[in-house]
Amino acid sequence: MSIVAALSGITKRYPGVVALDAVSLEFHAGEVHVLLGENGAGKSTLVSVLAGMQQPDEGTVIIGGNPLRIASPRHSIQLGIGTVFQRPSLVLSLTVIENLMLGGSWLRRLARAAALRRFRELATLLGTHLDPDAPLAGLSLGEQQQVEIMRALWRDAKLLLLDEPTSMLTPQGVADLGRMMRNLRDRGVALILITHKLGEAYEFGDRISVLRLGKVAGGIDPEALVAMEESGRTATIIRLMFGLEAGEAATTAGGHAAELAILLGRKIHGPAVVDRSQPPVLRVREASTRAEFAETPLRKVSFELWSSEVLGIAGVDGNGQKHLAEMIAGQRAVHGGALELGGIDITQGGVPERRGRGVRYVTDDRLGEGTVGALPVATNLVLKEVGAPPWWHHGITDWAAIHAHARVLIERNDIRTPSALTPAGKLSGGNVQKVLLARELDAEARVAILNKPTHGLDLHNQRLALDRIGTAAARGVALLVISTDLDELIEISDRIGVMFGGRLAGIVDNDAGAIDRVRRLMTGAGAT
Amino acid sequence: MGGLLTEPFLVSLLYGAVTAGMPLLLAGLGEQMSEKAGVLNIGLEGMMLVGAYTGFVAAYHSGSFWLGYLAGGLGGMLTALIVLLLCIRRGLNQIVIGIAITVGAEGLTSLLHYVQFSRSYPRLAAAPVLALPLLRDVPVLGRGLFSHNLLVYLAVALVFALSWMYRSTYLGLSLEAAGNQPAALDAAGVDVVHTRSLAVLCTGFLAGLGGAYLANVGAGIFVPFMTGGAGVIGIVLAMLARGRPLMVMVGAALFGASLAMTTALQVAGIDIPTDVVQMLPFAVVMAVLVVFGRHSMLPSALGTPYTRGER
Ligand SMILES: Nc1ncnc2c1ncn2[C@@H]1O[C@H](COP(=O)(O)OP(=O)(O)O)[C@@H](O)[C@H]1O
Ligand SMILES: [Mg+2]
Repeated sequence: MSIVAALSGITKRYPGVVALDAVSLEFHAGEVHVLLGENGAGKSTLVSVLAGMQQPDEGTVIIGGNPLRIASPRHSIQLGIGTVFQRPSLVLSLTVIENLMLGGSWLRRLARAAALRRFRELATLLGTHLDPDAPLAGLSLGEQQQVEIMRALWRDAKLLLLDEPTSMLTPQGVADLGRMMRNLRDRGVALILITHKLGEAYEFGDRISVLRLGKVAGGIDPEALVAMEESGRTATIIRLMFGLEAGEAATTAGGHAAELAILLGRKIHGPAVVDRSQPPVLRVREASTRAEFAETPLRKVSFELWSSEVLGIAGVDGNGQKHLAEMIAGQRAVHGGALELGGIDITQGGVPERRGRGVRYVTDDRLGEGTVGALPVATNLVLKEVGAPPWWHHGITDWAAIHAHARVLIERNDIRTPSALTPAGKLSGGNVQKVLLARELDAEARVAILNKPTHGLDLHNQRLALDRIGTAAARGVALLVISTDLDELIEISDRIGVMFGGRLAGIVDNDAGAIDRVRRLMTGAGAT
Repeated sequence: MGGLLTEPFLVSLLYGAVTAGMPLLLAGLGEQMSEKAGVLNIGLEGMMLVGAYTGFVAAYHSGSFWLGYLAGGLGGMLTALIVLLLCIRRGLNQIVIGIAITVGAEGLTSLLHYVQFSRSYPRLAAAPVLALPLLRDVPVLGRGLFSHNLLVYLAVALVFALSWMYRSTYLGLSLEAAGNQPAALDAAGVDVVHTRSLAVLCTGFLAGLGGAYLANVGAGIFVPFMTGGAGVIGIVLAMLARGRPLMVMVGAALFGASLAMTTALQVAGIDIPTDVVQMLPFAVVMAVLVVFGRHSMLPSALGTPYTRGER
């Protein structure tokens, strides 16, 4: 089939890394070309080069047979390339249609009617049902993703780049996206799909290429892909991705546990064994909180939490989850009811007292409440002990101790930061979360509350965060994990509680039928 | 307090409010455009001052108020070029550069004025007034609001033109995106640096124009440091107006009125210490900030430089 675009010897260097190393690839019309590769392999950099966001240091891009340099995103669009970036790039304060209209020439009036026509055309093509006048901030991540795809297709793209479009989507969203991709492929569009899941690569891909450390490690072309058994494909890909020798057991690829688990859609580890013959660590009895504007207060919530247990809290956002977390952390007053930790009443204590007793809290507001963006990583790692020994003595800061401590935690938790002195705000979301988890899931933690610990993280970092939760549970920490992602809760929890209207509507054991019972509870219907 | 509702007091108050409010309105509208696009233009005061100086000099030598306005606008724009080059292109800190611009402009205009006029302060003739037909005959309002220099009516028209531009053109959309999610604008194929540069140059022009009005029409004279905080009030107005030009006008009128109070009270023959009255605008700033400041809803990328492809 005809080649829509090709890369020839593209090299891109960043300070300290070669993100792309003499990469040559071809993208064919009417074909979904899947790019696989570990985190940091250079996939997004390849997308940036085609999207005009980055200039390669060497090599050329060939579009429709002509070698050229893609000077800017505008140039890329004009060449018929549409891009869905890994990071969401829409304006939250604008509506759907306004986002799609962005980019017209300045002094002209907004051509709303024409835009709406194009919107309906694409909505039919993609099979979406969005309200063009809905403010973007009100849409779910899946719906925002649909807007991104519409924008990428707005000017009839011949080449569509999709950088990890499925990582934020529900299974239904992934299925919808698959349907869209097939529609486009059948109309002759060339697609590049980046994903971390082999299942998706096989389901949607016609051709697979694997990047490793910036180089094309190899691939499987369409004929071979059709001819191969699934186990053969998987073995080939894992070998290419991790640079293993043929014959080396791929499943034991050391140091790649998280990546492998994502690829194969496998869990890292099952729940730890909970010993319920012991008294629970945390006992919450009929606890309530005071109502506040636009927030759902808690109404007589009772439950018990054992050591090594992961209690998942499911529920539609805004049903009192935030109050539950803040109340246990000591940030919000208990208004009737009681809290007991290891048999001791802690109802009245504030944050310092509860922290002293081993209560830890990882907020969902990572950069607002969880860390101080302007302060160095090292300081953020001791943020909740400011003024206290061993980091402070009589009000004097022991920087040496803080920095030594930080270096240990950075190393142990694989926090990717240029140095311990880098402001936390400069780190990627996944690394900020590693800072928070490192700080909160320390050796003295007994009860940890985690509010949406994987929200907004890429797959790799989602995996790592879940892994850290599992490790903490195995160490004996009792964990309360709040999440709106049911699949994730099913994966890590021993029991799952459901919040509805400020009440704990029920707690179910995480066994085979759990998901249906949880869904029923989420709608406010009683569990049976 | 019998003097308060008399015609001379009210006319003086309204007339003074317009004259004092005009520089604030123009500078506030300008600042609003920068802020929409994500640039915090702290040097507004400096741009006004340069505009006041260049505007005055041009009007003084040419005798034309229009050339004065043009020169004032260009002076402000030239000053804004510093923000463009250092903050938008090079990504330097907008607050530091802004303060430097204001301090530098104060020194430079004082020096130039001294070199040129030594210690004398020449005056311009009174600015031409266009009294609007029919409206000028309305009691109180006619003389208070409808007998001003043509620029005043143009500024009011500008308020509506800007409202329309923000709402209904691609430029309006681009500015909004540049201030909130510059990466998204870039991805849509619009150059963020160009968008912000345009906004900042417009800010400079409007601030300079406001300065020229202040010197040539409001005072008829250039005095070093004559803006006296007008730029700061302009920044406050832009921040509180939540992106709406009409709100800048309401705010400018309010501040203008409190500035005009001194003269108006003297006209009415009411004896309140001038120090107290002169404090009024600043008391108003604080009161307004206390009431509205919590909800100013600034663009999320305000003050943050944008470089393509940078993480
Ligand atoms: N803007 C940038 N500045 C500096 N380094 C970068 C930048 N973008 C990517 N890198 C580095 O380049 C390498 C490849 O990154 P990326 O293309 O994002 O990988 P992938 O998408 O495959 O996970 C990584 O080591 C990353 O740290
Ligand atoms: Mg990537």
